[in-house]
Amino acid sequence: MSRSIALLAATSFAAILSFGAAAQERIVNVYNWSDYIDESILEEFTKETGIKVVYDVFDSNEILETKLLAGGTGYDVVVPTGTFLARQIQAGVFQKLDKSKLPNLSNMWDMIAERTQKYDPENAYSINYMWGTTGIGYNVKKVQDALGIERIDSWDVVFKPEIISKLAECGVHMLDAPAEMVPAALKYLGLEPTSTDADDLAKAEELLLSIRPSIRKFHSSEYINALANGDICMAIGWSGDIFQARDRAAEADQGVAVDYAIPKEGAQMWFDQMAIPADAKNGEEAHEFLNYIMRPDVVAKASNYVYYANGNKASQELLEEDVIGDPAVYPDAETLANLYTTMPYDSKEQRRITRLWTRVVTGQ
Amino acid sequence: MKRVATAVASRLVIIIPYLWLLVFFLVPFLIVFKISLSGTVIAMPPYTPVFSFADGVSGFFANLARLSIDNYLWLVEDALYVNAYISSIVIAAVSTAITMLVGFPIAYGMARAPAALRPTLLMLVILPFWTSFLIRVYAWIGILKPEGLLNQFLLWLGVIDEPLIILNTHTAIFIGIVYSYLPFMVLPLYASLEKMDYSLIEAAQDLGCPPIAAFWKITFPLAIPGVVAGCLLVFIPAVGEFVIPDLLGGSRTLMIGKTLWSEFFNNRDWPVSSAVAVVLLLILVVPIMYFQQVQARAQEQDR
Repeated sequence: MSRSIALLAATSFAAILSFGAAAQERIVNVYNWSDYIDESILEEFTKETGIKVVYDVFDSNEILETKLLAGGTGYDVVVPTGTFLARQIQAGVFQKLDKSKLPNLSNMWDMIAERTQKYDPENAYSINYMWGTTGIGYNVKKVQDALGIERIDSWDVVFKPEIISKLAECGVHMLDAPAEMVPAALKYLGLEPTSTDADDLAKAEELLLSIRPSIRKFHSSEYINALANGDICMAIGWSGDIFQARDRAAEADQGVAVDYAIPKEGAQMWFDQMAIPADAKNGEEAHEFLNYIMRPDVVAKASNYVYYANGNKASQELLEEDVIGDPAVYPDAETLANLYTTMPYDSKEQRRITRLWTRVVTGQ
Repeated sequence: MKRVATAVASRLVIIIPYLWLLVFFLVPFLIVFKISLSGTVIAMPPYTPVFSFADGVSGFFANLARLSIDNYLWLVEDALYVNAYISSIVIAAVSTAITMLVGFPIAYGMARAPAALRPTLLMLVILPFWTSFLIRVYAWIGILKPEGLLNQFLLWLGVIDEPLIILNTHTAIFIGIVYSYLPFMVLPLYASLEKMDYSLIEAAQDLGCPPIAAFWKITFPLAIPGVVAGCLLVFIPAVGEFVIPDLLGGSRTLMIGKTLWSEFFNNRDWPVSSAVAVVLLLILVVPIMYFQQVQARAQEQDR
């Protein structure tokens, strides 16, 4: 009898000990875009700080937003795009950053910080991770065969029905994202990309409908594989995704060459921001993670791996030449001046834009 | 005493399925129904509160007063939703019919195969489930695309001169649904065909009934429970199917699953998407319940 009690006491004591150890183990739960970091960064972070990183990935802002709005995600660091971030801040999803814990903020690039203030006033809730553009990815050889041009540099290939129809047969994909495509159409028409004026939107819809017959598919991720495999010859997509397609095509070595163009008429610029949910359990660790990411050598390593530009000025001298020297990744001043940013639509505008988009996509 | 105990036990056994229904169907349905009566706000969660005792009794009634059926009216105002429902039902019905045409010979062949072979055949029907559904649908992209296996094979045979465009069309959706749901049709059909007494067919043939007439007069009527079960198992999930039309279908394909997705994720309108889901449920449940009642009555008459 007494022995079993002793045993019981011993096991419960052990249980308490192990529980204590578990409570002491520091972790940070990170939810980031897929293929968006050099994973060795996470290992090195754990080595340096003793904080274990539980890393999970998503592939659309909508999925992230739905999880955040439902609450209780269990994540400590999330990476929404600026337009989504702005609305999520309004909904009370995030906690204010404690900037005293983020000394590496001094490394950030003021050019980017100024632009992200549009979404996050005074950058109180978020830091920039990566930024990029929405432009045109294309199969160099197929486009040359169909159009007889060496490289694409204008939205004309997308928005002129007589030109895009020549590419229809080899395949054109377009992002299934009205918040990207409607502003692009407005900008091409010389209108304000952020306009929600009914007449302007009607003109954009007309333009999109005129090229609709030449679009094989509206989808926001399939074009990476389709471009890399040579299944399609053009996709309107996000810069980094198209660079991924370019790299996969090069690795596969099947004679597919993919390139990316920021059209000269202007393109949308977007920002992926790291933020901490209000109900994060490991706020302390999340701040340490953010601070680590803002270290020049760390974020330079990430950019060298994913081919996206980052918002860290001090990291620029550590970037490889094919990243910092590529005008499609780090655009020159002239192109930069032509890039535009958008704001989130309010729910009424959103409904109108989504409805417009459904008419374009399905014809209904 | 013992009899009471068995009565209680049999009651308990009946309670379990009802409990299952309550926890996994009725409660989630009521939550969705509740959300469908509220409106959107920018908050967490993104709809106006419905039932909450947090603000006291007056707050509870204030919330109750704010409930409205506006979201349901909205579904009627825009033809988009009605069209999406109709197109989903048509696509599901056509797919179910094709699945049935493909599945019946398979099930019949299995039921008539030598008894020693049947477990293996059954295994082969279930085998595809060992690979993820998503991967199998993705594999069809590789088969159906213009430079895919099917086109290469047909070109090699010389049947066609240039690749057929199948991917991103309705045809691809039908292929995807028929392929994915075929086991759900074959298994119940096989179950009812296997039980069949084949001496009945022999008797019919002895009496001079030609094989085709014997099939329609004996085999098919006896297989009807399997046909009904199989068709429902294919039709119901096919109506709300999202993955197959998203991956294989073209952008012009309007299905209710996609409409619901864009209401929920693009518009962040949880109330309207809940209303879409409730209406979808009604469209499916009402005919099925009616059908079941008719069938039950028919069975009673048979006795």
